[in-house]
Amino acid sequence: MMHPSAGGVLKPACYAKPLLRPFGLAWIVMMSVAATTQAAPEALAQVDPPTADHSQFEPLQQDFASGREVTRACLECHTEAGKQVRASIHWRWEYRHPQTGQLLGKQHVVNSFCNNVTTNLGRCTACHAGYGWDGPDFDFSDDSRVDCLVCHDTTGTYEKAPKRGGRVLQEPVKVHGHPLQPPDLGKVARNVGPTSSETCGSCHFFGGGGNGSKHGDLDTSLLDPPPALDVHMSDAGAGLECSDCHVERAHQIAGSRYQVTARDRKGTGAPGQRRYAATCASCHGIEPHPLGSDPAALYQGAKLNAHVDRIACQTCHIPAMARGGVATKTWWDWSKAGRLDADGNPVKRHDADGNLTYWTRWGEIEWGEDLEPDYRWFDGTMRYTLPDQTIDPSAPVPINRFAGHHGDPAARIWPFKMMRGKQPYDPVKDRLVYMQLFGKTEQAYWQGLEWQPAIASAMEAAGLPFSGEVSFTETRMAWPITHMVAPAEDALACGECHARDGRMAELTGFYLPGRDSDPALDRWAQLALAAALLAIGLHIGLRILFHRRRRHTE
Amino acid sequence: MTRTVVMFTGLERLWHWSQALLIILLLMTGFEVHGSYSLLGFGTAATLHVLAALALIVVWIFAIFWHLATGEWRQYRPTTRGLAAVVRFYLYGMFRGESHPFNPRPKRKHNPLQAASYLLFGVVISPLLWITGLLYLGIDLWSAPADLPLAPIALIHVAAAYGAALFLLVHGYMITTGRTPTAHLKTMITGREEIEEASQREQQPERG
Repeated sequence: MMHPSAGGVLKPACYAKPLLRPFGLAWIVMMSVAATTQAAPEALAQVDPPTADHSQFEPLQQDFASGREVTRACLECHTEAGKQVRASIHWRWEYRHPQTGQLLGKQHVVNSFCNNVTTNLGRCTACHAGYGWDGPDFDFSDDSRVDCLVCHDTTGTYEKAPKRGGRVLQEPVKVHGHPLQPPDLGKVARNVGPTSSETCGSCHFFGGGGNGSKHGDLDTSLLDPPPALDVHMSDAGAGLECSDCHVERAHQIAGSRYQVTARDRKGTGAPGQRRYAATCASCHGIEPHPLGSDPAALYQGAKLNAHVDRIACQTCHIPAMARGGVATKTWWDWSKAGRLDADGNPVKRHDADGNLTYWTRWGEIEWGEDLEPDYRWFDGTMRYTLPDQTIDPSAPVPINRFAGHHGDPAARIWPFKMMRGKQPYDPVKDRLVYMQLFGKTEQAYWQGLEWQPAIASAMEAAGLPFSGEVSFTETRMAWPITHMVAPAEDALACGECHARDGRMAELTGFYLPGRDSDPALDRWAQLALAAALLAIGLHIGLRILFHRRRRHTE
Repeated sequence: MTRTVVMFTGLERLWHWSQALLIILLLMTGFEVHGSYSLLGFGTAATLHVLAALALIVVWIFAIFWHLATGEWRQYRPTTRGLAAVVRFYLYGMFRGESHPFNPRPKRKHNPLQAASYLLFGVVISPLLWITGLLYLGIDLWSAPADLPLAPIALIHVAAAYGAALFLLVHGYMITTGRTPTAHLKTMITGREEIEEASQREQQPERG
């Protein structure tokens, strides 16, 4: 199904930011209008004005002493919002996987960065959408602990304390050299609005220990990206915010890394139907490539559309990761942590770009920019290796893994950032472990620099067995890549994959034109051609020879 | 005594040369799609390949109709009569300066070896390419026929394409084996050929 603008190739300039703000089908239709009329960008408010001006609300005309007071004021009108947020993964950090039954979410998984949340709460929960989760006794049923402002601030001044369980910053601090000021909560509350790449990015850009560290496709370069970096989020492109794709229903946000819609067969849905999906197809449809008017363009459009069932949009349209000038971590070796210099002081080393390559607390880290992703068949269902599962430490341990092959209609070829590193594990029980990094106790690794007590403390807190032995194993963690979508003209050329040593070189089990052949067939056929050439050469030689001889005798 | 006849009509020559150009284009782009070399880029090569194939199919549909309607298909009826003499000519007699044992005339233009090779190209190599090519296109574009694996289709297509390349190579060389190296080419361009009167030829003493 093509949407009405599909007759011509959409150029970035055709997308007008304000026209794209309303969700759902409305903006598909508007996009068509924008594409055909080349409307100039207008201010958002002129197109989609809010029906309420929070600065006039009576309950907000005060100086709030704490975030929770603001939340109570919000809840006076938004009576269901607390309950809605409390049902969301942003609050619960817990996810029961509908396919695998695994209990996932930040509370439970091990990752290949700072490993786990358990016993590291006060630090990790600086990014919790709530106030005060710094221990196991946090009251998840208390609406007033929901943090409305961290997502709905429009002033850019709302700061949470970095190490206090998500509480609002109370006094000025410096974080990695950046001075942070406590916010004027009344002003922030009177200026709430829709979420933005700034609010989402305030956490999601900084996972894994800093800007861009974790994902490879999420970092601060997306705040004001040129179209070449992200054709959707650029103001010179579509001018979208995160929530334009990550649509929500009752504070449940579409898009999950635990259950990815690896292949969206529904597309835009029926006219008028809202789709709660963050897939490309939910806007672009399942036949997104325009069929050109001349035969070549017609064939090419049809051919590209015929790829959609097997190749994720991201595979061609995100030619490289970490393209915005912010590096992403590619290797984190915790086994190298703990080294002190001759004077017994912690060691910190940086590369030429200022990325941290060694820190006593962290170990050894490698970074990359402009990286070619790894490509894998992916059915969308992520399985995690949890600390109650047995691992095989003789090979790199997959922190997460997934199924998918050419014959699986649910799977498509997706791009991944493959995070690698070394992490501690229990060599007696052959299990991954939780570790306590943060906290003002000697067990915490960042205090005592000893692994055994740090792991014992975390495993005990989680109620998991631990032998007391610590060893390190190499691990892999797969991060599906879906952001930093390039303009159409920068998409991968066919030959990037349809080549002997192209990007699909590692994928097997299917015939890929341009890559695959039957070597025996090629060898014998080329031998036959060579033999024919030789015979022709010989024939020519004899003709010339005999011709000369005849002329000579005549 | 010789006389000049129209060996190939304008229509035949148009058919031959359009087919020749399309086949050369198909082989060039096809082996790039196969990954044998990189020239135009995969996407351009694949697009040209499909468009040229569709054009060739149209040419062939007209050509088949023409052959059936005019009865010209009989030109390719295989025969062993005189085959040995033709083979002997190319392997031996030609070097001695003998004249070709086959006397072409508009009713029978091709010598037995030639007719057999054209027949092989027309009823084995080409149909294999047609059928596997259309399946190759259909599997991806229309998922039809469903569940047909691409690998055997593609490999038969490639094998037949090697056959076509071999045909083209030998065919191209055989052009130069006329009375003069360019005689056959001239005939195929102008359509006209000087032929000996059949009655005279029979009276000629055999050389040797």
